[in-house]
This record gives sequence, structure tokens and C-alpha cells, in this order.
Amino acid sequence: MSLSIQHLTVRFAGTTALDDLALDVCDGERLALLGPSGCGKSTLLRVIAGLEPHAHGTVKLDGQSLDGVEPHMRPFGLMFQDHALFPHRNVAENVAFGLRMQKVPRQTCTARVDQMLELVGLAGYGDRDIVTLSGGEAQRVALARALAPSPRVLLLDEPLGSLDRGLRDRLVDDLPGVLAETATTAIHVTHDHDEAFAIGDRVAVMHAGSIEQVSTPQDLWANPVSSTVARFLGHSNLIETADGIEMWRSDAARIDPQGELRGVVSRRHFRGQQYEVTVTLNDGRDARFWLVDPPALGETISLSLDRTKVRLLLR
Amino acid sequence: MKSATSTVARVATVVVPAVFLSLFFVFPAATVVATGLGADGIGALGDLAGSSRQRNILWFTVWQAAISTALTVLVAFPAASLVARLPERRRRLVRAMVTVPFVLPTVVVAGAFEGLFQRLGLDSGTIRLRHTVWAILLAHVFFNYAVVVRTVGSFWAGLDSRLEDQARVLGATRWRTFREVTLPRLRPAVWSASAIVFLFSFTSFGIVLILGGPHRATLETEIYRYAVTRTNLTTAAALATVQLVAVSAMVVMTTRLERRRGVVTRSPRRPAGTIPGRWIAANVTVAAVLLAAPIATLLERSLANNGGYGFDHYRALGHRVRQLPAPATTALWNSLVFAVVATAIAVLIGGLASLVVVHGRHGLARIFDLGLTLPLGTSAVTIGFGILIALDQPPVDLRTSWWIIPIAHALVGTAFVVRTMVPVLRSIDPHLREAAAVLGAPPGRVRREIDLPIGLRGLVVGAGFAFAVSLGEFGATSFLPRRPENLTAPIALFRLLSTPGDLLRGQAMALAVVLMVMVASAVLLIESFRGGSEGSL
Repeated sequence: MSLSIQHLTVRFAGTTALDDLALDVCDGERLALLGPSGCGKSTLLRVIAGLEPHAHGTVKLDGQSLDGVEPHMRPFGLMFQDHALFPHRNVAENVAFGLRMQKVPRQTCTARVDQMLELVGLAGYGDRDIVTLSGGEAQRVALARALAPSPRVLLLDEPLGSLDRGLRDRLVDDLPGVLAETATTAIHVTHDHDEAFAIGDRVAVMHAGSIEQVSTPQDLWANPVSSTVARFLGHSNLIETADGIEMWRSDAARIDPQGELRGVVSRRHFRGQQYEVTVTLNDGRDARFWLVDPPALGETISLSLDRTKVRLLLR
Repeated sequence: MKSATSTVARVATVVVPAVFLSLFFVFPAATVVATGLGADGIGALGDLAGSSRQRNILWFTVWQAAISTALTVLVAFPAASLVARLPERRRRLVRAMVTVPFVLPTVVVAGAFEGLFQRLGLDSGTIRLRHTVWAILLAHVFFNYAVVVRTVGSFWAGLDSRLEDQARVLGATRWRTFREVTLPRLRPAVWSASAIVFLFSFTSFGIVLILGGPHRATLETEIYRYAVTRTNLTTAAALATVQLVAVSAMVVMTTRLERRRGVVTRSPRRPAGTIPGRWIAANVTVAAVLLAAPIATLLERSLANNGGYGFDHYRALGHRVRQLPAPATTALWNSLVFAVVATAIAVLIGGLASLVVVHGRHGLARIFDLGLTLPLGTSAVTIGFGILIALDQPPVDLRTSWWIIPIAHALVGTAFVVRTMVPVLRSIDPHLREAAAVLGAPPGRVRREIDLPIGLRGLVVGAGFAFAVSLGEFGATSFLPRRPENLTAPIALFRLLSTPGDLLRGQAMALAVVLMVMVASAVLLIESFRGGSEGSL
């Protein structure tokens, strides 16, 4: 166990940002920390980095408590959403900063900077001025700078949040490769579940200052433990039953004239391969499914439900 | 785990500027107030309140400042709109150009206007401007034009123009859009600029003393007359107390207004709601005449002699005249040395104080912020007068010391350094410091690697202003003891200007030109260095 967090509580002027939070991250693992804005995920990163004091609990690295250890003494890297590149230094000087702090000899340092820039696909950019970089380039420089001192854990605070969709998709493709190549343990904060699934070996879903569920992306998607997690992952069919809340995955229904679900097509969006169809069931509830070739708007529909894609959640 | 050296450095950061300011600003100001409110002072205050002459002086001080402010805003507002719509590079050029008059020594400007009136035959006869309130108002507009253009213009350039687009699309005319969408948003900047102009006009000294002539007096010139001409220190202290109270109130108000102005976010878009081009062109022409005519006349007067033109007046600067204890060239050299020393002090004190204002604990930072803005607002006259009466006996007897002049100049310069440094330091994204810390930089190293290099630009700009201000400083210096080795160029110029007759006029104009060139080069150098940052002054 590399990084271990227990009973972590942080309060800001009356509000509780982190509430008795526990989380373990293994060596070499990429953990995606997923949650809506304001759930405390950035605060958690800042506490790990030592930038934010906490009221209770411990952060341990390899069993050693980090209490009272100043940020600059912690073997972590941090990448901000706004990159926070030093505007008065060029690309190479930015990447070299952490190495200089470790008093790495100049030659080793230069070689390491070149190696890092190559790793992020920016070989030859060393002399460039920070202000001449595009958003994607700045993001890569920030990654190179954070990785250069070989941090034990890299903390990424929505590093792709400020980029446009296309660029973001490309970096989501690249980032796991770079992290794997450098065998870097990483905690990647995001509010986008696609991004979390693409980057994380495991995904931790955070809500109101604590972790709701940690699991692999596949398991998380198939077996969310609570309606909060289910809703945040995009599951919309949460049906109240006598036993609890039933979650019907949106791929759980099939058009079947003998099916047990009957209703009227009340909304119908063409999404390329399939339609996203909202069915107003006869008991008045709405359910949303992906269907091929559904009836027209306002027509009746009957569906059968695949019970293996239905889960009972905690209330 | 804080090392001993870092603790020493931390303590020195607070203590050094605190001691300097207490000794050379707070203590003198307190002595002035103590004298003004002492047994004799209260009597003097009572006499002042009972005197209709003094009540008129106070009233005149207020209304000339109010009219100066209104006129400046009216004249400079269209130019602010022009500055706002210019592309970044040309905006900097225009800003630099309008800033030159702002930092010109008051004595030089007074000399330039005297020269202008003489050249146009307005110094006597039916239309007389010399020694009238109009001369004072004109000179105040000349000076403060830059304050309005820079404050309002920079603010305007940062407004989001999509709001105006929205208003136009919703059916508002161009004028209506300006009145209902642009103007209300500009209001904080206009108020803030007005407050500064009012403060400067209220505490204006050299202009009123020279251009107003013997019959026009404001609080400032009256303090000077009592303290220096009549050596009635008690009455002078009583007047200075009134002045200090009024100015402190204004400074507090100004910082309030400035804080409100600071809330608006800047956007790099095209400027919002601009004024039609023809109107701007007309206005800027008027302003150019207003700004350029005195300077041009100054040059012309300095070269004119016996119907022809030549450099005789400049050559004469090397010879001593009866009215001066040393040649004018010596005065210029003295001024240069004083300016270098004053700037060095101001950079040290101001640099440290800025760190306290930005990084210090809240209460301490507030005290420093206000304590450093006060010398900027407090009239030079009160500073000079305070030093005169407070530091004249042991343990601190500096009256006969050479250091008294650079220290007085540095007081004003420190405020400029702080005012340019603090916004630059504040604008540093906290994430930069955190990123440096996470990359392994201890707190001291973060200051050295992040705050220092980025703040250096502000420090250089502040140093340039401190240098220019010291070169032209007149108000405080005029109170300090006069000795040949202490003669500064502005004091020499004042003596030459106040000599009746035309004999020394030409030499005065030549001295004014040299002083102006020195100050202007400093300012233009600063502006070329300033880069993209848009300070408040």
C-alpha cells in the first residue's frame, strides 16, 4: 500500500469539505477521483500535497505519517487545471524547476528535461516562451514539469478541464500511456465519468466530502452501490420499489410484444446507432432506454426487461 | 522548522520599513499635530477659524480642487475612450506620452505656463491669465490629464463589449447604449480617478505658489508662508493639522474607491461602447494643444535671446548668479545624486513593505497599506514641514545633515514603489507558488524564484517613478534648510522664476528644459519597461 488516507476531515469556516474520508492507493496504480464540483475532490488533493491543513485524520505514505511535513518536503507532483506554468521562465526552465530544487547536477538535469519533453511529445520546445504555447502544449509542459522529479505520487487536479473536446480526447488517450511508461502512481481528479473510466485503473466516486464507492470502471458501471453513484454515472432509471431502489440499465430493455412493460413513446432522440427513447409507462413513471427502431412518438410500446441488467440499490 | 536566517529576514522585512516610516513620516506628522493641537496651537486654530481671510483660503482650496477635477475629467474622458479602443501596443505609447506631463516637476510646469503667458501676451493687459485662478486650473488639468486617461482608459479597455452588443441588438441607439450600459460600468473608474485628481489639486503647492501669484493662497502655500516666510511655526502647524485631517480622510476614501474598482474582471476583447471618432479627434486635438503648447513654448523661450535664437541661456547655467548660492549646473548634479540615493532607499523600503502588504498577516498588511498610501496623499509640504520641526533636536537632529533631502524624497518615492509593486505581486496566481512548493521549493526559495523575478518589473517601474519624483521634488525640499551643497534644481529654478524682470527668465527656461528632459527620459524608460501590466498610476 503506497498512499493511505484515514478519517480525513477538513472544515472551512463552518462547512465540512472532507468528512471522515478514507482512501488507499497502491503503488503504480492510476486512481480516478470522480465527483461533481464542490464535492471536495480538489481539497483532498491539496491536503495530500500539504497545501491545505486538515482537522482530523492521517495521510500516510508507506506507513509514515505526513503530518507536519511541508509541501516542498513531500515526494508528490501536482498538476493544476490552469497549469500554473511560471511565466518568467521558458519551457525547459519550467520542466527543470523541480530538479533544480533537488540540486540535480546541471548535465543530468538537461538530459532529464529533454527526456521529459520527448515523453510528452514536445521535443525541441525547450527554448519556447510560455506565452507562445497553445492550451494543449501548456498542459503537456505542466505534465513534463510534474513528472521530471519522479514524484512518488502524481496528483492531477482536473488537468484536462480547460481544454476543448477534441484536444481533451487526444490527451485522455495519451495520458495513461505516459503514466504507465514512467510507472507513476497517480490520482486523477475529474467530474467527467468518461474521462475517469478512460484513465483510472480504479475509480473512486466522491460525494459530499467522502468516498461513496471505489472499484474498477467496469464493476462501478455495472454495480453502483447507491443511487447517488448510479445517478452520477449517468444511470437515469431509478425505480422505487418495496425493497429499495431498482436500477434499470438503459440497455436492459428490448422491444417485445409480449413484454411486461407497457407504455407510450413520449420522447425519442436519434443518436446514430440507436434511439434514446423515453417511455411513459402505464403506471405514470418515465423510463429511458437505448432501442433500435422504436415506434413513432405517441405510439404505444411494449418491452421486456433483462433482469441481469437490473440492480437493487441501497436507499 | 524555520532556520534562524529566515526568521531574521522575516523580522527585518517588517521592522526596517516600519522604523523608517515611523521615524521619518509618523513622528514628524505626529509632531505637527501635537504642535497644532497644543496650547498655543489651539489658540492659533481659534484665530484661524475667526479670520475671514483663512476661511476664504480654505474655501478656495476646496473649490479650485473641485473645479480642477471636473475640468480634468471633462477634457480627458474622450481621450480615455480613445486609449481604450487602441490596440495594446499603441495604447502603451499614448499612455507613456500623457504620463510625461504628470511627472514633470511642478516648478517646470509653472515655468512653462509663465513662458506661455508671456509669449502670448497674457501676462498683463485686458486678457490676463498670469496670477489668476485660470492659470492654476489650466496647470492642474495639464498635470492630471494622465490620471484620468490612464485610470479610466485601462479600465475601459478591460470591459466586456458583449454587453454593448447585446444592448444594440435589443434596440438601443449608440448614444443610449453608451449612457445606459457603458457609463454606469465606468463609474467606479471615473470616481476613483476623480478622487485622485481632487487630492492632487487639493495638495498642489508649486503651481499655486508660482502661477497663483502673491494674492492667491491655498492651505499649502499658506503653511509655507507662515513656516518659511514668517517663521510662525505654531500657526503653520495648526494649518498643517487641518490639512492632514482633510487629506487622511480623502486617502481613506480613495483606497475604498480603488478597492471597488478592483473587482471587475478583464477580458481581452475589443473595447466596449466607444464614442464616435470625429468627436474624439476634436477633443484630442484640443488636449494636444493644451499639453504641447506650454512645453513647446518652454523650449522656444529657452532658446530665444535678443530677437534671435541660440544656446546662450544653456551656457549661462554653468555660471553662478547672485540669486543662487551655486551655479545651476551644480544644482542639477545635486538633484541627480539625491535622486539616485532617494531611489535606492525607496526601492529597499518599498520593496520590503510591499512584501508585508501582500504576504503579511491581515492587520499588519492593512496598516502598512494605509501607512504607505498616506505619504503619497499627504502633501509634500506637510512632509517637509514635519521633518523641519520634528527632526531638529537630539537624538535625531538631521536638519543640517545632507541625508535629510534624499530621505524626504524617498518618503514619497516609497509610496510609488509600493503602489506599483503591490498590484504586480497580488496578480501572481497563488497556484504558481503552490506549484513551486510541491516541486520542492521551501518558502524562502518560493519568494526568490517566483515573487522576486515577477515583482521585479513592478519594482523597476516604481523605482523610475521614485527617481522622477525626486528629481522634480519641490514642496518638501522648500522647507528644508538651504545650503549650497543642498541646492536642488527645482529650488534653483524657483528662485530664478521668482526673480522679477526678464534678466534671468531665459536661464530659468533653459534650466526647466534640462530638468524636463531628465524626468521625461526616466518616464519613457519606465513605460518601455512596464510591458503589459496596467498599474493604477
